[in-house]
Amino acid sequence: MTDAHDNHSESSGGELVGPIPDPGLPEHQWRPTDVDPAMEKRAERQVAALFGLSAVATIAFLVSYFTLDIGDDWHVIGGFGASTMALGFFLGLALLLIGVGIIHWARKLMADHEMVELRHPARSSDEDREVAVQALNDGLAESGIGRRPLIRNSLLGAVGLLGLPAVVLLRDLGPLPGDKLNHTIWGKGTKDKPMRIVRDGIWTPILASDLEVGDLVNCQPDALHNPERYDIDPTEVEGVNLQIHKSKASLILLRMPPGDIKPGKDAQGKSRANWTVNGIVAYSKICTHVGCPISLNERTTHHLLCPCHQSTFDLADSGNVVFGPAGRPLPQLPITVDDEGYLVAQSDFDEPVGPSFWERDYYER
Amino acid sequence: MSVDLNPDLSKVASTNGTTPATTKGGKAAGAIATWADDRLGLGGAMKKNIRKVFPDHWSFMLGEIALWSFVVLLLTGVFLTLWFDPSMTEVQYDGAYDPLRGVHMSSAMASTLDISFDVRGGLLMRQMHHWAAMIFIASMMIHMLRVYLTGAFRKPRELNWVIGCLLLLLGTIEGFTGYSLPDDLLSGTGVRAADGFMKASPVIGTYMSFFLFGGEFPGDAIIPRFYAMHILLIPGILLALVAAHMLLLVYHKHTQWPGPGRTEGNVVGYPMLPVYAAKAGGFFFIVFGVITLLGGLFSLNPVWKFGPYDPSKVTAGSQPDWYMGWPDGLLRIIPAWETHIWGITLSWNVMLPILVMPPLMLMILMALPFLEAWITGDKREHHLLQRPRNAPTRTAIMVALMTFYGLSWAAGGNDIIAIKMHLSINQITYFMRGAVFIGPVIAFIITRRWCISLQRHDEGKLLHGYETGVLVRSPAGGYAEKHLPLPEGKAYTLTARDDDPTPETVEEIDASGATGRTARLRKLRAKLATVFFADNVQKPTTEELHESQHHAEHELHELESQIAAGPNRHGPAEH
Repeated sequence: MTDAHDNHSESSGGELVGPIPDPGLPEHQWRPTDVDPAMEKRAERQVAALFGLSAVATIAFLVSYFTLDIGDDWHVIGGFGASTMALGFFLGLALLLIGVGIIHWARKLMADHEMVELRHPARSSDEDREVAVQALNDGLAESGIGRRPLIRNSLLGAVGLLGLPAVVLLRDLGPLPGDKLNHTIWGKGTKDKPMRIVRDGIWTPILASDLEVGDLVNCQPDALHNPERYDIDPTEVEGVNLQIHKSKASLILLRMPPGDIKPGKDAQGKSRANWTVNGIVAYSKICTHVGCPISLNERTTHHLLCPCHQSTFDLADSGNVVFGPAGRPLPQLPITVDDEGYLVAQSDFDEPVGPSFWERDYYER
Repeated sequence: MSVDLNPDLSKVASTNGTTPATTKGGKAAGAIATWADDRLGLGGAMKKNIRKVFPDHWSFMLGEIALWSFVVLLLTGVFLTLWFDPSMTEVQYDGAYDPLRGVHMSSAMASTLDISFDVRGGLLMRQMHHWAAMIFIASMMIHMLRVYLTGAFRKPRELNWVIGCLLLLLGTIEGFTGYSLPDDLLSGTGVRAADGFMKASPVIGTYMSFFLFGGEFPGDAIIPRFYAMHILLIPGILLALVAAHMLLLVYHKHTQWPGPGRTEGNVVGYPMLPVYAAKAGGFFFIVFGVITLLGGLFSLNPVWKFGPYDPSKVTAGSQPDWYMGWPDGLLRIIPAWETHIWGITLSWNVMLPILVMPPLMLMILMALPFLEAWITGDKREHHLLQRPRNAPTRTAIMVALMTFYGLSWAAGGNDIIAIKMHLSINQITYFMRGAVFIGPVIAFIITRRWCISLQRHDEGKLLHGYETGVLVRSPAGGYAEKHLPLPEGKAYTLTARDDDPTPETVEEIDASGATGRTARLRKLRAKLATVFFADNVQKPTTEELHESQHHAEHELHELESQIAAGPNRHGPAEH
């Protein structure tokens, strides 16, 4: 019983040397259920009653399953749905009562004497270690791996090279980025058919006169709904492709008094004065921080706030960051009007939209 | 291995009699057991473990909550896989939920709605799965605090601590991949942010993003790929690590609190069969039951209200699940730091809070046991737990880390705080930028001094006895409180701890002739150890204790005679 406990000053904490000697385990106290047969019977009945109630709850669960409808009644009882609520309540009760019953049984009726077990150091004995090391050395010596470096090194080289297939096989996880992040579908407009700006969701083109000062409109490129007009294959703007285009092309139009706008500079250093129409500015809706769509407009200040991390951009001042973690201004879309007076994009954005990435360039507005 | 092989069971409830009610079943069971042991030889392992002793304390239950909620996750998760379709193919929803009928969405979202509204018990299982995930991660964190603050991570349990840290990391990733699967507007916004995080990685960021998403964000590959990770890869690793965690627990035997008869060399508690098996098994049903009640009665993640993911839409107040909140908070309060140089972009505003801080925090956590062992030079095994007050610097380090975590987490809700408390979001953000640095320092200092004060309080109780609440007025009109010595068991428990070691001094190191790098390291370590143990109160020596007891007895005697002599004849006790 006391083996391996003679020399544990190194490997285990050892006995505590204190000012008060260890009084030893306190004497076992009998519980009322140990000494009073009436109490014992009562505890037994309590445990059985808990298990019985659990069975009742399970039956209630089954009845609920087959009687209560789901689907249509999802909004009854405070929005929980009668079925979900009843199933959860009765199943939860059935499980809880079994748990409570078992623990009640353990606490009241099972023997509650404490037992003492001796600990041993986690380490193996010196003898075991020696034998193990000897066995390892014998095995290695018999394999001759130390004496045959040619075999060893060629094996290591061959196995090491197998790491390459493991990496190479992952190559087709996705295409290379190329310059995809630098372009959006706004650039697909032509001289004759410049890309119209349409309202998101209802897809109607916008006259400059439709907007009052202070109006903010969420927009998309017309091509997402009307690809033929721009000679784009319709499958290009369906399903996944639609989501990809939206995640880059989403646009915000805001009209402000033209005098409020401080035109910045474009990538060539030329003024952006002709990028707006009667005080209407167009900016990417995708935050330059990590890519959330920006949605909260502060009407009096022309400030636009991202709801994810609160980056705030000044749309009167080239989309510059006035607060928050975003490191770059919102990209601005140069706009004008077409022959019919609808708002259109002059060209694509002159820089990548959305979150930063390593290869992207930057210019001062 | 039990010492107490023949406990007195004379009075234990007769319903637990040693003879079974019928002998018939016993014979059949015996035959089966013999058949199995002839082939498996389980007797050896069972002999050791069937009556294995586990010490009892409420705080040992926290890890159990994590274990059982993991089991609930496995059960409810399997149920969900029977209907969930991890595909981003666009379909028109045609299920029972009216407001979204006819809306185009991914199959993943549509099948999530089907589970919620067309499969009986489906919404219950979905909500149970999500609640269990929250409880899994929360209980792992609290369990980790318990292990750290009581010193249970010390030798020989450092590796189990590291396994625990990995479990927390994997649980968090499992949670993120899990709540992203429904492809709803909220989780899609989270995935979009994750795409931004990847793109911010130096050099290979865009490649990582294109490879993970199978092309440009959002693509149609991310949900099936997350699904494979969520139901196969990560749970597989989690299961293996949980098994290793439990095996090490059994091998090391559980730690225990010091007390009469409880030493470094033994473990005192209830045997696995029947008491511990019943308590732990019953507790499984309780955890399961509570999660079921939560799933049935408390709605969470109502994806039908968010709608399907659309890259052009977002809801105000978008937040990740709570365990992802602290990096999100750092992401909100980081200043707009980006470097643009040579045509490339370095996004410190994303890299620092997301790519640097969480891995750094994890590495700090994993290193804590090794760091402390190096500073204190303690190479012994420890099986007796320490009260947090008896390791003030250790406790203060964890409280500082918790403060950093809590402030970062609160910053993740800065918009909610601003709305609910009518504050300026800008000022909250500026405040948090300072608070995440200053808060932990203040918390460290306060916690350390607080622990030392509690140590002094313990010393006072040992030396001067406990306060009885009996006030005595002397004939001269002064008041004094009667103190009585602690009961022996309590006094022993308070003194059942090691004295702190005395760190080397710089002079000793110089005198030992050590030079160069070794000497510098030893000096650094000596200084850290000095700070680590500074101002700690050691337990009283035998002489101090005797002297103070003598003194206390004398004082008590004085008080007694004053009671007898003075106006206190009818003491408070006799009212």
